[in-house]
Amino acid sequence: MTIKTYRQTLHDTLRAEMLRDENVFLMGEEIGVFEGSYKITAGLLAEFGDKRVKDTPIAEEGFTGAAIGAAMLGLRPVVEIMTINFSLLALDQIVNHAAKIYGMFGGQAKVPMVIRTPGGGGQQLGATHSQNIELYYAFVPGMKVVAPSTPADAKALLLAAIRDDDPVLFLENLALYNTKGDVPDDDTPAEIGKAKISREGHDLTLIGYSRMAYIAKNVADALSESEGLDIEVIDLMSLRPLDRETIVNSVKKTHAAVVLEDDWLTYGIGAEIAATISDGAFDYLDAPVRRVAMAEVPMPYSKVLESAAMPTNDDVINAIFQTLEAVGRRLKKVGQSHD
Amino acid sequence: MTDSALSKTKVAAKKAVAKKAPAKKAVAAKSTVKKVVAKKAPAKKAVAAKPTVKEVTPKKVATKKVDGDQLVSFYRDMMLIRRFEERAARAYTEALIGGYCHLNLGEEATVVGLMSALRETDYLFTNYREHGYAIMRGIDPNRAMAELYGRVDGVSKGWGGSMHMFDMTHRLLGGYGIVGGQLPLATGAALAIQYRGLDEVVMCTMGDGTANIGAFHESLNIAALWNLPVVFVVINNGLGMGTTVAKASAEPEIYKRASAYAMTAERVDGLDPMSVLHAAQRAIASARTGKPYLLEVVCERLRGHSVVDPAKYRSPEDVAQLAKADPVPNLAARLIRDKILTAAEVHQIDEEQTARADAADAFAQASAQPDVSTLFDYNYATPVANDSRRLPGDPLFAVVARPEVSR
Repeated sequence: MTIKTYRQTLHDTLRAEMLRDENVFLMGEEIGVFEGSYKITAGLLAEFGDKRVKDTPIAEEGFTGAAIGAAMLGLRPVVEIMTINFSLLALDQIVNHAAKIYGMFGGQAKVPMVIRTPGGGGQQLGATHSQNIELYYAFVPGMKVVAPSTPADAKALLLAAIRDDDPVLFLENLALYNTKGDVPDDDTPAEIGKAKISREGHDLTLIGYSRMAYIAKNVADALSESEGLDIEVIDLMSLRPLDRETIVNSVKKTHAAVVLEDDWLTYGIGAEIAATISDGAFDYLDAPVRRVAMAEVPMPYSKVLESAAMPTNDDVINAIFQTLEAVGRRLKKVGQSHD
Repeated sequence: MTDSALSKTKVAAKKAVAKKAPAKKAVAAKSTVKKVVAKKAPAKKAVAAKPTVKEVTPKKVATKKVDGDQLVSFYRDMMLIRRFEERAARAYTEALIGGYCHLNLGEEATVVGLMSALRETDYLFTNYREHGYAIMRGIDPNRAMAELYGRVDGVSKGWGGSMHMFDMTHRLLGGYGIVGGQLPLATGAALAIQYRGLDEVVMCTMGDGTANIGAFHESLNIAALWNLPVVFVVINNGLGMGTTVAKASAEPEIYKRASAYAMTAERVDGLDPMSVLHAAQRAIASARTGKPYLLEVVCERLRGHSVVDPAKYRSPEDVAQLAKADPVPNLAARLIRDKILTAAEVHQIDEEQTARADAADAFAQASAQPDVSTLFDYNYATPVANDSRRLPGDPLFAVVARPEVSR
């Protein structure tokens, strides 16, 4: 085990995979000479040269499509799209080609490509630089979408993504790059499609991914200390496929759920989680499934306005308390109590 | 500016200079341009008197006999494509083929000329007007027709249809319906070839309308910047669906756009398979040395955009002109006139290829429909937990009786 930042872990994992497999190479804007917009790829151009660390022109559609074409011939590109906002320029290549080439040609060509890209607002970057649109890719059959919230998970999921023969969107987050955690030294990949119970509990299920999984764990730990609450935290890890079984089994145990997300509320990732719980744990729910999400506005630049738009720890705590209150009212109404 | 960028600029400037003052402007090359002018009314297509591209005289080393053999081979292939496409059109109108059906009728000379220049180990990316290209890559017409019918024996197992044929063995890497979508992919395939130090080449065909989409610009820039072994071929048949080149392109001489990327380009008469072959050979030879190429091939689309398009935007005069320019009967006439084949031999080829197309159709009709149980077989190449494999009628979770909930 080594304590590392999320950023350092990504760097080290990319490097290790490039050393292990000569088919793995990197493409992206400013990843080489500039050492990466967020310094994830620092030093890799110097070590591996410009055949394996390719600085691209500003042409997301062009270079993402090129990565797909190279993957069709058996290379294993890891594309960095500077922020998920810019992935919109490559949306056609990702949705219509990366996700569909294996299927529409009857399984004759695989697309073993990884797209690494951070979401996350909260840095006063304004409306077009602060979005969380992972939903667009989680929606598409043929894509895999993963979202690690800790350095250890970043390593395990990146290993899995690179070694996977399907297109994987690897969702990072600007707010997580500097977070620290224990990282195993071995290279065991995570299992894509499986969620993680990051804290076991009985009172309520708190579900999140990426930054919000990080917040969920912190809030649950804090509420355990301060209120004696025993909250179960699910870190989704994987948005597509979605681990519905883990979610539903947890809510069958706790009878209540709050979903946390950094994207917008209406039609966001949480909507699918809520529908899943309603379908799979309907008779076990003692309160409606609550979602805490971003306010539905183009993100303002102003610090005050931006902060107001983004979900905070307090928003999460309030949602938990309100849900538990609703549970209490319902149990009173039906004359029952929890164990 | 870095040294390498500076030297690149110098090289580009040299190229540009070389293009502006071509050393050889042979009569033969000029006649290629002349042919284009003679066919088109001025309003439709502006043709430059002096294109600023490499004008190269095809070397006429071939003896008449070798040329003759090549022309007969061309005719055989063109006739197969002609009959296959006519058969497909008929099956489509009988509702045996669904979706869209875009045909290479009228473009046969272009198809055979381009495909004859490729090695078996070279790759092809096309758009959706691809049946002729698939056959010329060596794909069995039976399997091409079965794909149009959506059957299991289809080249894409029924998953692609007319627009998404694919065969890794014959190196047809699709078959794409998104206009311009194949260009970045082809560029990336060329990148993979370069990465591995191989000498294969990628050819990427597209229509004239494609020259205006963003992916065209991004792909040509990346290819030229990184010296990728790719030939971009614009099949200029004068029309998008019903939109003429003049109405879509600020620069209607599409080959000229290559100069924006310091890329070599050429324009050729697509109605003469030999001209197309020689131009394609030049382009491929260049790409094989890491100098990508833009080849504009001027030809005609005999019918509408697809089988359901009656092409009312064409005047009766246009349609009459088209028939005169049809490369298939024109080649037949030439073979007979030059005494390479007799009329009977030409007719024999027609019969053989008609029978071949009929056989493909019969094969397709007899091929099985895919089984519904295979619907989720191609979601992923790497198996994964919790893949959502539900049919529309399936519930998300097993429907159970309401439990006695004990708390």
